Amino acid sequence: MDFETLARTSGEWLRGSGPESDIVISSRIRLARNLADFPFISRATPADRSEIERTLRERVTSFPEVLELNYVDVAKLEPIDRQFLVERQLISRELSDAQGARGVAIDEREQVSLMFNEEDHLRIQVMQSGLALESAWQRINRIDDLVESRVTYAFNDRLGYLTACPTNVGTGMRVSVMMHLPALVITRQIDKLFRSLQKISLAVRGLYGEGSQAMGDFYQISNQITLGRAEADLVKQVGDVVPTIIEYERKAREFLVRDSHETLHDRVSRAYGILRTAQTISSEETMHLLSSVRMGVNLGLIPELQIPTVNELFIYTQPAHLQKLSGVELDSSDRNIERARYLRRHLNKEEGQSGAHRN
Amino acid sequence: MKCQKCEKSATFHITELTGGKPLELHLCEEHARDYLTEAEPEQSSSTGLAGALANQLAAVGQTAEELARLDQQACPICGITFFEFRNQGRLGCPHDYVCFRKELDPLILNIHGEIEHTGKTPKRSVGSTDRQTELIRKRRELKEAISGEDYERASKLRDEIRQIETLKGDGPKGASEAK
Repeated sequence: MDFETLARTSGEWLRGSGPESDIVISSRIRLARNLADFPFISRATPADRSEIERTLRERVTSFPEVLELNYVDVAKLEPIDRQFLVERQLISRELSDAQGARGVAIDEREQVSLMFNEEDHLRIQVMQSGLALESAWQRINRIDDLVESRVTYAFNDRLGYLTACPTNVGTGMRVSVMMHLPALVITRQIDKLFRSLQKISLAVRGLYGEGSQAMGDFYQISNQITLGRAEADLVKQVGDVVPTIIEYERKAREFLVRDSHETLHDRVSRAYGILRTAQTISSEETMHLLSSVRMGVNLGLIPELQIPTVNELFIYTQPAHLQKLSGVELDSSDRNIERARYLRRHLNKEEGQSGAHRN
Repeated sequence: MKCQKCEKSATFHITELTGGKPLELHLCEEHARDYLTEAEPEQSSSTGLAGALANQLAAVGQTAEELARLDQQACPICGITFFEFRNQGRLGCPHDYVCFRKELDPLILNIHGEIEHTGKTPKRSVGSTDRQTELIRKRRELKEAISGEDYERASKLRDEIRQIETLKGDGPKGASEAK
């Protein structure tokens, strides 16, 4: 897999299309699976890990005419390339930081990824743009069937799929929806939302930060319970709550437009102004300002900008992407200068043209 | 209109419907913010694994002695002790769910509110679980034999492992040919 080429395309979750995509960025489902004849990762020797990686690589990275995957040997990657895959959400930070044999198989469109030797032997992930949990579930279920026809999973009639951590046992399934909720943050209702979701055993976490300090106001809502319910019920549990959250966010936006239009317009315009003119800017500040700009675009306050362009800027201004695009390794202060240059170049182009795809 | 709580002008007009009668509130931005974010009294329960486990063990009311004995229990297959699991929150092999069942069931119930899987099951027969765990155990013993320089035992174990692997019939070749 050629990372330089990959760096110039945008991943599936940034496409900015699909149902409710002004608020729902992406829908993601992952399944945790383990091979029956190996210890879990915490007790696996380096030889076990190599054997697990080899077994999975040989058996589940090629499904001719059904699913084309590219295999990446994560253990052999430079730190910057591992970071690049993390930023694209194709591997977890845990897999990136782990030691020993490990890898990931990714499809061309970056919707499917199979991680080997993460917390469990195998983590299957399917990610789609917008609110599309049902189709993500059908897709991952088929992939799971394909994999299962070639390996023997650790499974117990009573407890279901056995996982390294008891929090994942049963279905091994995590259903999550990533949402952009800037108006709920501005109107300080986000904590209230957190508490009510916790009561119905759903977890909320910020995309890059912790708790309510989410960078760019991106939040991920997911199921906490994995045992005792059928997969379709878990998909429904998360899926059912999303329209309500969308409605809250829309109401909060309407409220801002109606009752403090000048403040809102000022906030959006200042954010846009800084991003178009700054000479050096950190990743945190960029995320924070892009969040206001993204909401502004959705509310029609910046007619010349398109959502896919803004979505792309979120990822291309991350450290590893920025370095891949500029073709050199940069230290933090040089990155801030390069980031500002990148933003100026892409936000000051002739109006109406959408495309951060050109470097 | 002035804010009901200070001298600033009220820009937020809230109708609270959760009480008995609808309640009209007229507040400035700052006070509206305070009102809307007023923390609810109840604390969210810690659902972290370590927390749940600690609670569970405390609830059972084990003495320090009992706990120490429990901590020393080890899985005959992968060798992990209950103490190690408690520390790292990760199990060592599929058999742990069987050999630590008594300790894990309350924990699993605490996390999920259920103790029985009702979802998907693998389409192929799972095969003999004993044979799978046997492989894990023998591989571990093989590693111990090699590090203990007991090569005679190591070679015997290697043969046994090979035998189980070919017996399985659900290995890579068996499976792909069957498809």
